Amino acid sequence: MSRDRSGSPVALELRNVVKAYPGTPPVRALDGVSMVVHPGEMAAVVGPSGSGKSTMLHIMGTLDRPTDGSVLIDGVDTAELDDKQLSALRGRKIGFVFQRFFLLAGTTAIENVANGLLYSGIDPTIRREMAVEALRRVGLDHRLTHVPSMMSGGERQRVAIARALVHSPAFILADEPTGNLDSKSSAAVMDLLRGLHDEGSTLLVITHDDRIAGSLPRQVRVLDGRIEHDNGVLSLS
Amino acid sequence: MTLVRTAEVVEPSRFRFRDVMRVGSSGLGTRRGRTILSALGIAIGIAALVGVLGLSESSKSDLLAELDALGTNLLTVQAGTGFGIGNAELPETASSMIGRIGTVQQVSAVSSVNVDVLRTDFIPSGQTGGISVVAAESDLLETLNGSVASGSFLTEAAGEYPAVVLGSVAAERLGIGEVGDGVFVWLGEQWVEVIGVLEPFVLAADLDRAAIVGVDAAEDFLNQDLAPGTVYLRVDPDLVNETRELIPRSVDPENPEEVEVSRPSDVLVAQAAAEDAFSSLFLGLGAVALFVGGIGIANIMVIAVIERRGEIGLRRAIGATRTHILLQFLTESLLLGFFGGVAGVILGAAVTAGYAASQGWTIIIPTIAVTGGLAAAVAIGAVAGLYPAMRAAGLSPTEALRSE
Repeated sequence: MSRDRSGSPVALELRNVVKAYPGTPPVRALDGVSMVVHPGEMAAVVGPSGSGKSTMLHIMGTLDRPTDGSVLIDGVDTAELDDKQLSALRGRKIGFVFQRFFLLAGTTAIENVANGLLYSGIDPTIRREMAVEALRRVGLDHRLTHVPSMMSGGERQRVAIARALVHSPAFILADEPTGNLDSKSSAAVMDLLRGLHDEGSTLLVITHDDRIAGSLPRQVRVLDGRIEHDNGVLSLS
Repeated sequence: MTLVRTAEVVEPSRFRFRDVMRVGSSGLGTRRGRTILSALGIAIGIAALVGVLGLSESSKSDLLAELDALGTNLLTVQAGTGFGIGNAELPETASSMIGRIGTVQQVSAVSSVNVDVLRTDFIPSGQTGGISVVAAESDLLETLNGSVASGSFLTEAAGEYPAVVLGSVAAERLGIGEVGDGVFVWLGEQWVEVIGVLEPFVLAADLDRAAIVGVDAAEDFLNQDLAPGTVYLRVDPDLVNETRELIPRSVDPENPEEVEVSRPSDVLVAQAAAEDAFSSLFLGLGAVALFVGGIGIANIMVIAVIERRGEIGLRRAIGATRTHILLQFLTESLLLGFFGGVAGVILGAAVTAGYAASQGWTIIIPTIAVTGGLAAAVAIGAVAGLYPAMRAAGLSPTEALRSE
């Protein structure tokens, strides 16, 4: 684990990140964003649509590269990595939760969760054992062999969360995790995420919803590609 | 200052072979109806190939078995009838000269006899029904691998008496089925006893329409001056072509070009080849079906890649490299081709077995059709899947995840 200037370890660090898309004039979706996320933190990245938070998700998840600036994941400078190594980094250090769940149809909960380890080189039997453990953590040990079509939206998102944490990533990146859920399921999913935070997991929740953001310990407000407000520990770069 | 670790600390992603196969096949398994339909084209193409090859082999097998039994080492020697040669004749010594060639195993000459054979003496001479009279030695039957349907062939002893053996067609035209006591035909203005009727000769159909008398009998009773018309010979099976080249010079050193040597089994081989030519038409149709099947697979894979962009994005997010995505979709189309191939082989083999059994042929399903069919199906799956798989691998994770 790498550390910041004060000596605390760092799970994710953005340094002066710029993401520009070509055009006339070029669009600067991110314009000099810096932030540090420490292990065990839970933060919301909040902003209206078009604020640049989706781009931030892509950059933080190493799904896209910044035009300028650097992204460090668990101490690894992603600029030095090629596409293959970035894939490996994502697979080992980051857990993704998406608004649309992205569970494989016709595939059981346990297999969907074990898929989180598919490219890890871990033996299939062990993958399944780890998947059972992850499903237990999200409270779905009674749904192991259910396929997505047999589960509610909230349950599906919990399967997706189990898949995101099965490999004990440096942090979990949740993109509008309640966007497809009714208010009751939303509350349950947010409770689950807060519970994981209490157990020590590092979580970043990208959302447009102020209420959800307000319920989390730290809020990073994004507007026009810049961080407008961050009530967490500020990183100085 | 943050410690920046080098790239090597990230352990590379791995996609185990077992997982590749499992992921590839589960992709097909969850879309079963579509899988079956898209494999159908390949199945039909492979079935056509296996069926055509199987049926042509099965139908030929009996012909070839017959050929094998008769031997392909039979040669016939005749006087040529080429331009400027006129009606040449073989020298009287032809038979003995050929017999001196080391690789010749058996020789038997047949000479034409210039008389008519009729059922009775009431029938006007000339109405011979196309039956010719020839003179032969008693070893002719053995040389030609022929057999007797009724009675017996000419023997050394019988050759001295007027006796005749009829070819199968000749016997039929003369209305003679069985030979018992006292079946006679009017041959060369005298009654001659029929002592045998022959089975058809496969390799010497001319003799089926002949009435065969002994050489001595022909000379003694019919007062014929015989010259060899056709010489039949068996040669060493391994040296057929070499022997064939030697014969003209041995028979007639002065005019070797007037000696014509032929190999009757070539006709049967040519007949088998003609059937091959016919089946190649169906092979062509099978190839077209395969091609169309391949396009079908490519189509369905392109659609699958578009539909499954989200899945591709997720896989990239959980650690899959471009190569892993390529492998997954390539495996899917390979398996699609393979399943189509297996179904096609089974279907083709069933059709072959059913039809061959109904025709009473030996059922032959050539190994080359099965292995070649499967290999072709898999290869088509690979080629058809390559472009869609490359498209899938080329998708950037953000593009793939953004799609609705």
